[in-house]
Amino acid sequence: MAKQAVSFTLNGKTVDVLVEPRELLIHTLRENLNQTGAHIGCETSHCGVCTVDIDGESVKSCTLLTVQTAGSDVKSVEGMATADGLHVIQQAFVDEHGLQCGFCTPGMLMRAYRFLQENPDPNDEEIRWGMSGNLCRCTGYQNIINAVRTAAKNLQQA
Amino acid sequence: MIPSCFEYHKATSIADAIAKLQDNEDAKLLAGGHSLLPMMKLRFSEAPYLVDINGIEGLKGISIDGDTITIGAMTTESELIRSDILQQYCPLLVEAAKLVADPQVRNKGTIGGDVAHGDPGNDHPAVMLALDAQLVIHGPDGERMIPANGFFLGTYWTALEEYEILVAIKVPALTSGTGHGYHKLKRKTGDYAVAGSAVVVEMNGDVVRDIRIGLTNVAPMAIRAEAAEDLIRGKRVDDVLLKAVEKAIVAACDPAVDLRGDEEYKSHMAAIMARRSIIQAIENAKE
Ligand SMILES: Cc1cc2nc3c(=O)[nH]c(=O)nc-3n(C[C@H](O)[C@H](O)[C@H](O)COP(=O)(O)OP(=O)(O)OC[C@H]3O[C@@H](n4cnc5c(N)ncnc54)[C@H](O)[C@@H]3O)c2cc1C
Ligand code: FES
Ligand code: FES
Repeated sequence: MAKQAVSFTLNGKTVDVLVEPRELLIHTLRENLNQTGAHIGCETSHCGVCTVDIDGESVKSCTLLTVQTAGSDVKSVEGMATADGLHVIQQAFVDEHGLQCGFCTPGMLMRAYRFLQENPDPNDEEIRWGMSGNLCRCTGYQNIINAVRTAAKNLQQA
Repeated sequence: MIPSCFEYHKATSIADAIAKLQDNEDAKLLAGGHSLLPMMKLRFSEAPYLVDINGIEGLKGISIDGDTITIGAMTTESELIRSDILQQYCPLLVEAAKLVADPQVRNKGTIGGDVAHGDPGNDHPAVMLALDAQLVIHGPDGERMIPANGFFLGTYWTALEEYEILVAIKVPALTSGTGHGYHKLKRKTGDYAVAGSAVVVEMNGDVVRDIRIGLTNVAPMAIRAEAAEDLIRGKRVDDVLLKAVEKAIVAACDPAVDLRGDEEYKSHMAAIMARRSIIQAIENAKE
């Protein structure tokens, strides 16, 4: 099948890739662009470890064709930290022990990043609902909820 | 997991999408892709040619004109939830959309795809039946409008003809004396229904003047529980009547057995979901 040229913005930089129409965004990110932050878990749109931000919305990149992202603004976990250090949300996950093995963390961070813009001052129930597309096999979720709550507080003070 | 090879083309208009469907054998429409792509990845479904209908002007958005709300087929679940018009005039759709999948899936999945896919596990079909929605469809021969009642013919089988596109859904705005309810039993957040039920009632004081009960995932397609509706129409609802209604709903169910439960359990749960939705709808109608 003929490959198609696709351009989009990834963490502020324009990228050009040549992909088959059937290539999923997660594979382009990981294998073509060497951005291995977003993980592959279930591959069936359930677990959320592949979550990235596209044009201001959280999307599971295992369920999106790369050709569909032409012209889009994509943000992945690699875009969070700056030269000055970790993003406030990342720091909150460290401070609250919001991770153990860390496999789900890139997805959790990217979802929290968007969720806290949709709802800057959530209560715990809203956090659980907003983060419900991301699974974690380790933490039992409580520390993730704590991390998102702490991040919300710190972002508002920042 | 990746799908088998296909060609991908973006349609620029509804007419262009129809032409692309006609010109390419076995071509499929790509809406939110959150039923189609998982099925293609698992190789349950194959399409040699995908017609992407994202970005076609006029397929998105929610408007109200008099008593009729029009929802573009490409409106996402997240957009349904955020809609002021729906929150005010059709809260049933907002409640149901909140119970669909999870935030990421709701950002991509569209109401049109949910209805057109013909999956008995999808939530919108039963809601469409309860609302008595009208479906606006475009095809090679122009536009036609058909009721949702009669649209769902079987699993992955609807009244859509070859080369046709669902472009919009029309639902009535809530009027005084009308009430809505949706209940869905699921094993966990983000799961399809074990059983679900959407109910719309029209009350005349304490008496139910009219009622429509839609059921999710307890038959090869979304169904109306007509025998149960007949029991309620013209009556005051009390516990004795609700028991009879539950029996009629169990009798209407013909669920597929899977990990979510056996036939008896699913049918019984459908009756409980319907009971709760009926009570909720009547309560709402009184407000
Ligand atoms: C993890 C997960 C959980 C889910 N849970 C639920 C749930 O709880 N409840 C629920 O209802 N759904 C659920 N879904 C399904 C989801 O809501 C899908 O988005 C929806 O069923 C299909 O809509 P879509 O826009 O993604 O359509 P697509 O996947 O793009 O298309 C589905 C089918 O419909 C056809 N089609 C799409 N749009 C049109 C149109 N306008 N006219 C004619 N044909 C069209 C396509 O050709 C295709 O055959 C879940 C999905 C996932 C991945
Ligand atoms: S890998 Fe994408 S949702 Fe699990
Ligand atoms: S920290 Fe291990 S899966 Fe979440």
